[in-house]
Amino acid sequence: MANEVIFHSIHQPESWKLSSYLATGGYEMLKKVVTEKVPPEEIINQVKISALRGRGGAGFPTGLKWSFMPRHFQGDKYLVCNTDEGEPGTFKDRDIIRFNPHQLIEGMAIAAYTMGVKVGYNYIHGEIWEAYERFEEALEEARAAGFLGDNLFGTDFCFNLHAHQGYGAYVCGEETALLESIEGKKGQPRFKPPFPASFGLYGKPTTINNTETFASIPYIIRHGGQKFLELGKPNNGGTKIFSVSGHVNKPGNFEIGMGTPFAELLEMAGGVRSGHKLKAVIPGGSSVPVVPAEIMMDLTMDYDSIAKAGSMLGAGSVIVMDETVCMVKALERLSYFYFEESCGQCTPCREGTGWLYRVIHRIEHGQGRAEDLDLLANVTSNISGRTICALGDAAAMPVQGMLKHYRNEFEYHVEHKKCMV
Amino acid sequence: MLSPESLAKIDKEIAKYPAGQKQSAVMAALRIAQDELGWLSSDTLEFVAGYLGMAPVAVYEVASFYNMYELAPVGKYKITVCTNLSCTLMGADSISAHLKSRLGIGFGETTADGRFTLKEGECMGACGDGPLFLVNNKRMCGCLSSEKVDQILAELK
Ligand SMILES: Cc1cc2nc3c(=O)[nH]c(=O)nc-3n(C[C@H](O)[C@H](O)[C@H](O)COP(=O)(O)O)c2cc1C
Ligand code: SF4
Repeated sequence: MANEVIFHSIHQPESWKLSSYLATGGYEMLKKVVTEKVPPEEIINQVKISALRGRGGAGFPTGLKWSFMPRHFQGDKYLVCNTDEGEPGTFKDRDIIRFNPHQLIEGMAIAAYTMGVKVGYNYIHGEIWEAYERFEEALEEARAAGFLGDNLFGTDFCFNLHAHQGYGAYVCGEETALLESIEGKKGQPRFKPPFPASFGLYGKPTTINNTETFASIPYIIRHGGQKFLELGKPNNGGTKIFSVSGHVNKPGNFEIGMGTPFAELLEMAGGVRSGHKLKAVIPGGSSVPVVPAEIMMDLTMDYDSIAKAGSMLGAGSVIVMDETVCMVKALERLSYFYFEESCGQCTPCREGTGWLYRVIHRIEHGQGRAEDLDLLANVTSNISGRTICALGDAAAMPVQGMLKHYRNEFEYHVEHKKCMV
Repeated sequence: MLSPESLAKIDKEIAKYPAGQKQSAVMAALRIAQDELGWLSSDTLEFVAGYLGMAPVAVYEVASFYNMYELAPVGKYKITVCTNLSCTLMGADSISAHLKSRLGIGFGETTADGRFTLKEGECMGACGDGPLFLVNNKRMCGCLSSEKVDQILAELK
């Protein structure tokens, strides 16, 4: 079941070329839905059956999101793909556009047909220039072959797709900041509501999905929602790409069924680097609470299992840490990240991320005070739920997770002015 | 101010967006200008503003919000090292130390000959290849060891 949906041809030479994609039946599903005029309700229904949940981190059901688009709205509407991955530990979307860009394009075109959209953008993380260029080449190929553009397959269906490059701002991964950024502004998140489905890009109805979400669509159309669902487990359909980094022998991306035991994924990544043992795992990117080894080894990799353990699957970004890691130092680096990347619009986030970083920094550097642990807890509860976007929560959750499971390491630092590991 | 090639590239970017939304091309225009000139002076920002029909202050806001734009001169080669958690677990500290001692500068500094600027960066979305750095915002070099760093530095004349 590995590499069933997205990375099926990843080991072929030049898998990113149109000819390679066509050889695996590429663009057949787009042609089918457009020329046979498959009713959009039927497509949305299959996506609902598939239990595909947004792969960008929040896990929102994709079929439901698509049904929010005002399908009969006559003015402009937009489709946006979020390839801005910049959450520490996440690197799957880069490989999708490097190795299988046409499947993303086909998925977006099917989505555009379904929601009656004529123009789309793919927002690509600034630092992955080579991947951006490759995606631009794939767009050119698709246009020349008649898979993007006007009156596709001789019908009245038109879909034009463009790439937009980010330039170094994590917050632009947040969907409304991303829209502001495409509009040529600072990437500051908008208040919601209104939601993008009614007021999105240029104020028009807009649907935003993650790269991996869109790239899953051609498979669902070809094999039906039920088959996709069965690759995973109920309420957690499909395969998922897990990005494994940190203290493993073979870091990389692994596409496996949802619900696969963590222990198996760890083995695929070559296990913990030799001579060391697993201490903890951050299972869903830097924004989610850490999970200690003994709990993690019993979990399966899906939204529901990880949530039961008090953390989140996020974008499936697995950061593996062995016994040499000092949790205070690890958290100091993460807290610096949120402090640096806060857009500064909301006081609890702007001030709170600064406080978190400064307090953890002083604990790490032997200047912590006995009351600092309570102070940290206090600051996090002042941020949670009081900000415009979820970056505030994303800054608070790793702190709460670390204090819950590794409080003793923080206490030791405060008391002994040094590290216990 | 900008070469005809750069202007042609900017025009291609403008064409991606609906009529009347030229401002959407500002990020690309700044990137293209920086690629040609090395950094973004206030004259460059004003030129871009005029070209896209934007207020100069709106262009400045964008240029200062996104980390990859340079509002002051940098060396011929800007090396941005990711020091976030995954890369640190995979050895970014020793790569940073090696770069600093080889170049004789710290983060945020430029060598006296103007060849290299060293910067600390945030997650580049390529953690599986860590430790890694980015040269001039474009060329990503991953799976670094001290030897590999030396090799790359030797290529950057
Ligand atoms: C601070 C922040 C950063 C985010 N970064 C990303 C990202 O890099 N990629 C992404 O797809 N979603 C990201 N998201 C989630 C998006 O806001 C949005 O939920 C997602 O793109 C929707 O697509 P999906 O339903 O297919 O997951 C981020 C959210 C926040 C609050
Ligand atoms: S929570 Fe932070 S990043 Fe999000 S809008 Fe508020 S200040 Fe900006």
